[in-house]
Amino acid sequence: MMTDGAAGRRRLPSYRMEMREESAVMLGNMKLQTQRRLILFAFVTVPLLLLMTFAYYPAMELVRLSFTDWNGISANQTYIGWANYKEVFSNPDIFGVFRNNVAYFVVGIVQNIVALYFAVILNGKLKGRNLFRLLLFLPYILNGVAVAYLFGYVYDTTNGSLNYVLGQLGFGKLAETSWLGTSSIVNYTLASVGFWRFMGFNMVIYLAALQSIPNDLYEAASIDGANGWHKFIYITLPNIYKIIELNLFLTVTGALEVFDLPFVLTKGGPAGASETFVMKIIETAFQFNNYGLASAMSVVLLIFVIVVLSIQRYLLNRKES
Amino acid sequence: MQPTNRGWSLLKYASLLAGVLAVLFPPYIIVVNAFKTSEEFFAKAAISLPDSFLHFDNFVQAFNKANMPTAFGNTIIIIGTTLVLNILIGSAFCYAVGRFQFKLKGVLVGLFLFATIIPQITTQVVNYKTIQALELTNHLMGPVLLYVGADILQIYIYLQFIRNIPYELDESAMIEGASLFRIFRSIIFPLLGPATATIVILKTISIYNDMFVPYLYLPRPEHVVVSTSLMRFFSVNSGDWQMISSAILIIMIPTAILYLFLQKYIFAGVTSGAVK
Repeated sequence: MMTDGAAGRRRLPSYRMEMREESAVMLGNMKLQTQRRLILFAFVTVPLLLLMTFAYYPAMELVRLSFTDWNGISANQTYIGWANYKEVFSNPDIFGVFRNNVAYFVVGIVQNIVALYFAVILNGKLKGRNLFRLLLFLPYILNGVAVAYLFGYVYDTTNGSLNYVLGQLGFGKLAETSWLGTSSIVNYTLASVGFWRFMGFNMVIYLAALQSIPNDLYEAASIDGANGWHKFIYITLPNIYKIIELNLFLTVTGALEVFDLPFVLTKGGPAGASETFVMKIIETAFQFNNYGLASAMSVVLLIFVIVVLSIQRYLLNRKES
Repeated sequence: MQPTNRGWSLLKYASLLAGVLAVLFPPYIIVVNAFKTSEEFFAKAAISLPDSFLHFDNFVQAFNKANMPTAFGNTIIIIGTTLVLNILIGSAFCYAVGRFQFKLKGVLVGLFLFATIIPQITTQVVNYKTIQALELTNHLMGPVLLYVGADILQIYIYLQFIRNIPYELDESAMIEGASLFRIFRSIIFPLLGPATATIVILKTISIYNDMFVPYLYLPRPEHVVVSTSLMRFFSVNSGDWQMISSAILIIMIPTAILYLFLQKYIFAGVTSGAVK
């Protein structure tokens, strides 16, 4: 992100010098130096205050609370050491919930492959490519709650349109499936809704990366007699490696943080089979009033995400140098 | 790409069509059923067309029963206030950071960029207490404060954009005697227009679609927003699919229309926002 700043930075010293030279001159009603200080103070303080209050303070406060048994209301916050963390990792009802997040990861990988496939197709010469892109991306901008209920209808066992279509196609047995009521498949059913919603998003990012690959690379390869597949393997893939990585990490963090879909559609059911880790955090804090434990769970999730992102940054930097 | 063989070209179109069908099938079901009367709904297959696309009864009922006038009103207040604050604070901050050299500037920018890796969903346990301490739970400004304070997409987009505005403009304005505030207001801010447009659209869509924050911070019926109004409506009318279909459609249409008309900004914003 800081890479394109080089040009700007080069210009900065002269701007500053000019201001120094003229700092004695009255501009407007105030000296330039006073103006500069005032602007810096006024324009930086508020966003900095907000950032501290809503990003860094809560992150640190979470760590502190995670070592206490606070119930969220009382004035007592007893220090209890690592007890909350032990609970997070040893209680299968808590850490085991991550099993349910696995489905979102598996489906997310398939989603990326499909997204890359469509991006490659749409990057070529094709009639109606803008229309295809428009339609494939559409689900991403729709209201999440509306999408959840939309699929509640599609997957409904008796009235659902999926089972109706399956029945019409002659899959009698399959058409009786309770997609959201069977614990072995409910997470995959929910993850498939995520697929429907976010595939277009991944595709648009891939497409932007593909469009930045210079065309002469492909032309040169054609002259050398490369076919479409070779071009994909030897030119396309290496050039969008970074973006593939980015999308995969978005998939991992997305899978770790799933909340709204199962929360709206199944409430974690049947019998907790589709409960995700974030749902568990919210429940622990706001229903069971165990803020200490909920904080420890949040810290664990935070660390997972930071680890995943650090690996990404590390891989990217290594690639670049 | 080179002209390839027919099989590949056929496969391309077949897979694209399959993809588009998969995308459009669920909304299609909602559209056809939203126009059905309850007799029609039970007599006909789920995927069949309604007798008439002029049967708006379900929409009128859903709109009133789900308390959507209030929901849309509250959503608009939240989005409007958030946008004004976001744009003012974000653009001013980026003017200060993008145009001046000062001590600790690198640290400051680093703090903002590093904050993007803290997932907002993990900090809610503490943020809830902060909002409570400010007495802003059950108040429309609670979510506003969270949307303004905890998301820095606007800063990211403005920072990228302000670098491409040439310094000569500032310099010549300064020679003509404009104050620094005047330069920000009359030169920089207008030139940031496309970035502002992108931010307005992306934020509008993300706030409109958010369920987590309003669910947690605005539990009272009078503070209902579009996402939570649909949840309330569903819990009362579950199983009444033709009614729910029309409620879903009412809520989906506004962002779909925005998308159709402003796709250019949305695609640009999504790509630049993702690669941060």
